[in-house]
Amino acid sequence: MQDRIRIILAKLGLDGHDRGIKVVARILRDAGMEVIYLGLRQTTAGIVTAALEEDADAVGLSMHNAGHLTLAPAMVKALREADLNIPVIIGGIIPDEDRERLTEAGVAAVLGPGASAEEVVQAVRQAVARQSDGGAS
Amino acid sequence: MTQHGHEADTVFARALAGDRRALGRLLSLVERGGPAAERITELAHPHSGRAHIVGITGAPGAGKSTLTGQLMRLLPERSFRPAVLAVDPSSPLTGGAILGDRIRMDDLAGESAFIRSMATRGHSGGLALAVPGALRVFDAVGYDPVIVETVGVGQVEVDVAGAADTTVVVVTPGWGDAVQANKAGLLEVADIFVVNKADRPGAADARRDLELMLDLSHVTGQEDAAGYRPPIVMAQALDGTGADALWEAVAEHRSHLEATGQMADRRRRRLRLEVISRLDQMAQAQAAAVLADDVGRQLLGEVEQRQMAPTTAAARLAERLLTDRRSGRGTG
Ligand SMILES: Nc1nc2c(ncn2[C@@H]2O[C@H](COP(=O)(O)OP(=O)(O)O)[C@@H](O)[C@H]2O)c(=O)[nH]1
Ligand SMILES: [Mg+2]
Repeated sequence: MQDRIRIILAKLGLDGHDRGIKVVARILRDAGMEVIYLGLRQTTAGIVTAALEEDADAVGLSMHNAGHLTLAPAMVKALREADLNIPVIIGGIIPDEDRERLTEAGVAAVLGPGASAEEVVQAVRQAVARQSDGGAS
Repeated sequence: MTQHGHEADTVFARALAGDRRALGRLLSLVERGGPAAERITELAHPHSGRAHIVGITGAPGAGKSTLTGQLMRLLPERSFRPAVLAVDPSSPLTGGAILGDRIRMDDLAGESAFIRSMATRGHSGGLALAVPGALRVFDAVGYDPVIVETVGVGQVEVDVAGAADTTVVVVTPGWGDAVQANKAGLLEVADIFVVNKADRPGAADARRDLELMLDLSHVTGQEDAAGYRPPIVMAQALDGTGADALWEAVAEHRSHLEATGQMADRRRRRLRLEVISRLDQMAQAQAAAVLADDVGRQLLGEVEQRQMAPTTAAARLAERLLTDRRSGRGTG
């Protein structure tokens, strides 16, 4: 239904560099997506507001501070509470043993620092497609 | 058709009742164009015409988004309910875009403000239709003022900003910024100037350059009959300096427009422009369809073989188009 994917990119929490997330923003733009770039130090509430107002199809979070086990599930929960049935994709340094827990918490995809541009784009496309197949709206 | 009508109707009703998520969805439907967008325009139009539309334009990096964020901070305190439509360019190659205006506004904007980002190419029908469509929706559901930020390069962007009730042109200190704005055609559309980054050297010079250009336009008679001369506001958007003065200037301009009857003129012109843009879009779609069918291809072939002049072919096709329409066989 949605012709052009709109994705919110943000970094949750306090950690400070945005090199990785800027690279991802460019990759997704070059794949034809509209990236709503929120940058550093975002809160889950702020991201929910942006997702509502921007009618986003997905939320991409960059994580580098080991907070992923609390922050990523909190993001999923905040979106569901706002009745937003859109996938959350996270990227960053995520230990293998945490991936399963994240998936169980509703994270749609986890991308490591070694993911290629193609893998990043595919992960987003597939997550959006899966959600709109299975989702209510 | 009815299905589109149905979705558009329910989403519009929910947005009108204050549902922000529905409003987000409504804006996507309008942006996408087609039957749903038409239905929404029908629904929204009778509710619109109340909001003050403010265009903010200028070179990339001038501080438009930061300044807009400052307005979004102070307006709710004064019981306004502002909305922003932030337009950023898409990549001409892939159609993708990085929309980075929100990042400057989110921390500043109050709870009641609504911010929406739009890419220049992310919609059918072009900016000239998507922008008025989105502004109408904001207006209809009760946002006022509605601020539209565009990069002041490219004719369409300047046209969009210039079609506002009040157009603010943002320049910065530095060599030639005002001169560049002049070249881009921004000076003619400006109702208010902001010299932003007034913390930087050269701010006074930028102001003087603008004053000089305004003096010139006074001599050549561009100043309006009622003697309105665009004020120049000095600002430092990062810390909010000048945001109050800017809003005061916007409010004064609005009073001026209302007192002189120019508000009605501007809105009439804007609506006319929108009808023309839509007609243009329809005509192009029809032209494409008529060119692609058998007769169209045959005529094009004859033009190629130099057996028929392009003008003759166009006249024939136009005739066909019109008779098709009248007999109800047109391609909707
Ligand atoms: N020094 C200074 N920098 C500013 C000021 N206003 C904005 N900026 C910075 O200028 C850059 C561009 O601002 P932005 O609002 O995104 O500009 P836009 O492209 O016109 O929307 C950002 O890094 C801002 O922090 C100001 O008054 N002074
Ligand atoms: Mg901007």
